[in-house]
Formats: sequence, structure tokens, C-alpha cells
Amino acid sequence: MTFTIPTDIRRLDPQAVAAESDQIKKNAHIQYLAQENRVDVLDLLHDKGTGHWGGSSSVSEILTTLYFDGMNIRPDEPEWADRDRVVISKGHAAPMIYTVMAKRGYFPVEELDSLRQINSRLQGHPCMRKLPGVELSTGALGHGISVCTGIALASNLQKRETWTWCIVGEGCLNEGESWEGIMTAAKFKTNRFVVLVDHNKVQLDGPCDDIMPLGSLADKFRAFGFTVADHSYDGHDVNAIQESLAWAKSNDTSGPLCIIYDTHKGHGVDFMSDNYKWHGAPIGVDDYQSARPQLVETLKELEASL
Amino acid sequence: MSTTTAPQKIALRDAFGAGLVELGKTNEQLVALDADVSSSCKTAAFGAAYPDRFFNCGVGEANMVDIAAGLALGGQRPVCSTFALFLVLKGAEQIRNTVCYNKLPVIIAGGYGGLSDSYDGASHQSLTDIAVMRSLPNMTVVVPGDANGVQHALEQGLEMDGPLYLRLSRNPTPVYSNTCSEPLTIGKIRRLRSGSDITIAVCGVVTNQTLEAVDILDQQGVSAELLEVHTLKPFDTETLIASVAKTGRILTVEEHNVIGGLAGAVAECTAQHHPVPMKTIGVQDCFTESGDYDELLDKYGLSTQNIVAKAKELLS
Repeated sequence: MTFTIPTDIRRLDPQAVAAESDQIKKNAHIQYLAQENRVDVLDLLHDKGTGHWGGSSSVSEILTTLYFDGMNIRPDEPEWADRDRVVISKGHAAPMIYTVMAKRGYFPVEELDSLRQINSRLQGHPCMRKLPGVELSTGALGHGISVCTGIALASNLQKRETWTWCIVGEGCLNEGESWEGIMTAAKFKTNRFVVLVDHNKVQLDGPCDDIMPLGSLADKFRAFGFTVADHSYDGHDVNAIQESLAWAKSNDTSGPLCIIYDTHKGHGVDFMSDNYKWHGAPIGVDDYQSARPQLVETLKELEASL
Repeated sequence: MSTTTAPQKIALRDAFGAGLVELGKTNEQLVALDADVSSSCKTAAFGAAYPDRFFNCGVGEANMVDIAAGLALGGQRPVCSTFALFLVLKGAEQIRNTVCYNKLPVIIAGGYGGLSDSYDGASHQSLTDIAVMRSLPNMTVVVPGDANGVQHALEQGLEMDGPLYLRLSRNPTPVYSNTCSEPLTIGKIRRLRSGSDITIAVCGVVTNQTLEAVDILDQQGVSAELLEVHTLKPFDTETLIASVAKTGRILTVEEHNVIGGLAGAVAECTAQHHPVPMKTIGVQDCFTESGDYDELLDKYGLSTQNIVAKAKELLS
């Protein structure tokens, strides 16, 4: 089977979205593009029969907003020293990461067809040595916060103005290393370092409250020395995400920051949303045929606001 | 090496600490990290000299390795130090998945290697680190035996395009290489003695006992060739095979479990390229114990007398 980007939905020109100067229009376009990405990931995972849908869908708006507006990046110059960096510590969101990166111009969209296949640059979990633009190979959970603390320390030491963003899920926060990293970032007061929690409340084996309750994340981050946004944000609403990024950027000397996003694992499909069974299960024909029209319907609703 | 005056003694950890401070003067990218043992592992002096470039990460080795990786990604040259046992085993997944998988230029400096944290006992004695580090793709593994070796390995490691595991040791130990014509060069076996009857391969501070053993064997009419295999990976196959082709037998001496370390590396090499009879000296796959360092080395077979005896067994 060969995956090709389907043409049955209206497609935005991603470069035009990135270049849009009218912020209201741009946010609407990012919102649409994030849903378009969701359709593309569903199609891709159904076609390949492998890959993680739940956590990919969950993080679509956050990633799309960062890559298309939030970060100072040069996709044609991925090693640019003064770029902002995002590490997606929940590396199983790879299909969404790749879809967003391809559209942002890091590599040809056609290459998505090689996802998880032999000799591909698109490994099951992102590999920075294979795919330029990936800031860190992730997949094993719990590395992102520590590594980003190191990246931010280097940036601070070199007196650069760059930002370091780290996206984590609950699985990452189950890992003790994450909390060691949080303590370390707080100790060294790393500026322009932001942990973004994709708080979808579901992990591989079940609801987080059944597997490993995390309690009040905001209180925990605060107790560990982070400055935490005073409320959580809707992680599927681009306007809300933009507000959260603006909050972070107005706190560029406050030491490490944390933003918690309320999200839904498998968002956009009623029988997949918030259901741990769709963490990484293959998407068979019947489920695909039930799921896709739901995503497309939402896309058509968003089209009205373009 | 058969000088009558005893060579100067310097602990590898002191050479490491002094080397960092010296290199830090000119290498502004150099940063050091420790896990609450900087006074023991001697990174504290670097911290005092360059406080902005020193990160004491507390007792969290896994986190420290990843912080170091992040600093490397950000353009620094990190040296990450704590007791070898905790660094290698508590940090193993980070060393593999972050440092090695991404081929990051991080020096993993394992202090108190082997039995050298002698009184603290088995919980602190690192006898599996070489095996673990050797099995990771992209990792270079160096086990210096004296202060000069540490200095040279550090200098070369900071120029490498990838990670280095540098195994250190606690106690003052003779600087045997003062009389060597060549410095430690990563990747190249150093021949400390030429001989024709038997090859002895050694790494680390037990090179001293092995040098003494070679002298005794010489007095007894046995011509031993002593190879300092300070670099366990990448392995210098050519030099080792040239030696065993000449002597026809090999004895390995290491302050490590006999599984997976120097014995393993030598056996993998000779078995494929030039099989010869072989014996191994090292800790025999057991948990060790507290005690005086020299007494422990003796008990676990790393004495001059045992090296002489095992060499003779191999010759008989």
C-alpha cells in the first residue's frame, strides 16, 4: 500500500499559514491545519497498520501552534544556533510530529509514506540522527525535561535569547527522572525553558488515576520550584494555546515555567477519545471508516471560520 | 621501568580533577557535572574555578547524564562525573538512549572504578561498568592506568565527535608511564614490554602489579610481552593479533568481572582472528566486599604473585 495525501478535503498551503501576518486569521488557519493533520495521521496510521493514534491526536493543536507560530525556527536551516527548540518527550506522538514537520518544510510530505518502514528516516519514535530538525531522539519516556534543562542551561550560559519547549505526557511524569529534572531546572533557575503538559489523563494501560495518579500537577510543579500558569488551557483551542505561549514569553526571567493543557487522547473521534485502548492499537477498516467522517465533519465546520 | 627509585604516586581522580581545571582555562565550552560526590571525584576544583560551568545535580545520576546530553546539544563539552557504579548502572538507559543513540560528545567519567572504593563494599564497587559501556554502539571505552593516561584521555576525549567512557580510580597509584616513549593514544594498544613467550594484556591501575609480575617472570627466564589495552573500544585488533601471533598465548588482567570486560574483548578478537590458549585474571563473577584496597586486590586474584602463577600455568 502506498499512502498519498488525500485530496477529498480542503487543504491549506502550510507555508502561507506560517507566513500569515493577520494574527486572528493565522490562528484560525492553524486551528484548521491542526485538524487537517489529525485526518492525515489517521489516514497514515490506518494505511501502515502501526503507530500511535491517541497521543498524536492529543497534541495536534499544541504542536501545530508551536511550529507554525510559537517558535523562531528555520526549517531550511535546522542546525541554526539561535533557533528555538522543542523536544517532544512523549516520542510516541511521532506520526503527528512528522506530519507537522513535513508541512512546515523540514522534509517532503510524500516521505510520510515511509513511516515505520525499513530504511526510513521516520522511525517509530523520532531519531535526530536520521531526521534533521528532530531536536532529540525520544521514545523512552522521561528524558525530555532533563535534556531540555541542559539545552536551556547551555543557552543561558551562552547568553542566547532562545526558548526551549518540552512537551510531556503523563507517562513521562510517571518517570522519576522527570522530577529530578524539574528540581534541577528549578535549582539553576533556567530561563526561557517551558514544560508543556499534554494532560490527556489516559495512559497506555488505562486512565492515569488507575495506573499512576498524578494528583494536582500544578501544585506539584509549584512545590518543585516552577512557575506555573495560574490556570490550565484548552489544548485543542489554538487561541487558548496562543494565550499560554504569550504568558510564557512574558515570563522570560522567571526561571522554569510550566503550562498544563487539558486535552483528550484520541481527540476528534467519539469512540476513541479518552479511551486508553487507542493509545497504540492499529486502526482497522471498520474503525477507520467510522472515525474518519467525524474528523472530516469537524474540519468542514472549521472551514467556515477561515 | 626497572628503575630503583619508586615512581611518583598520583590518584587517577586527582589527575582527573587537575586536568579538568587546566583544560577549563582554554576550553570555554568545557562544563562539568557531578552527583553530590564532587569532593570525592575531584570535580569540586573545577566548580571552584568556574562556578558558571559546574552543575552539581544532586544524587540523581540518570538526570545528570541527560542534563549533560542537553548541554552537549546546546554546544557545550560536558564531563559527567560520579562513582562509576551509579553512573553506569543508574544512568545506563540515559547513556544508551540519549548519549550514545544521538552520538553526543559527553565524557562519562566513572570515578572509584573497580574495587577502589574498597571500604564501602560491594554496593559501591564497580566491576561491570566496562562490560555495559562496551556493549553500547558509538561509545568509546578507555581505562587509563595512571595520571598521565587520564590527562591524555581527557584531552583526546574532548576532541572526539561522540561519547567517551573514562574509568577512574580512587587511590594514589604509581605513574608508570613517565618512562614510556609514547603517550596514551585512544584506540591504540601501548606495548609496555616486548617479549616472545607470552602476551599479557592489562588495563587500569593493576598495570602496576602486572609490570612487577613481568619483571619477576623475566628474572625466571620467561619473556612476557605486556600490552596496555587502555582502550577497550574501539579495539586495536592489529596490535593484539601481531603479539599473539608471536607469543602463541595470552593472559588478561583486569579489575573487573571476567565477563564482558578486557577478557571478553580479547577473546572476541583472538577467537575470530588468531585463536590461542588464554587465561583470564579478574573478579570471578561474584559480589565483592569491604576491606583494604590492596588486600582486596590480592584476595580477588589481582596480585603480582597470582599474575606470575597464571602466566606460568599458561606456559606449562
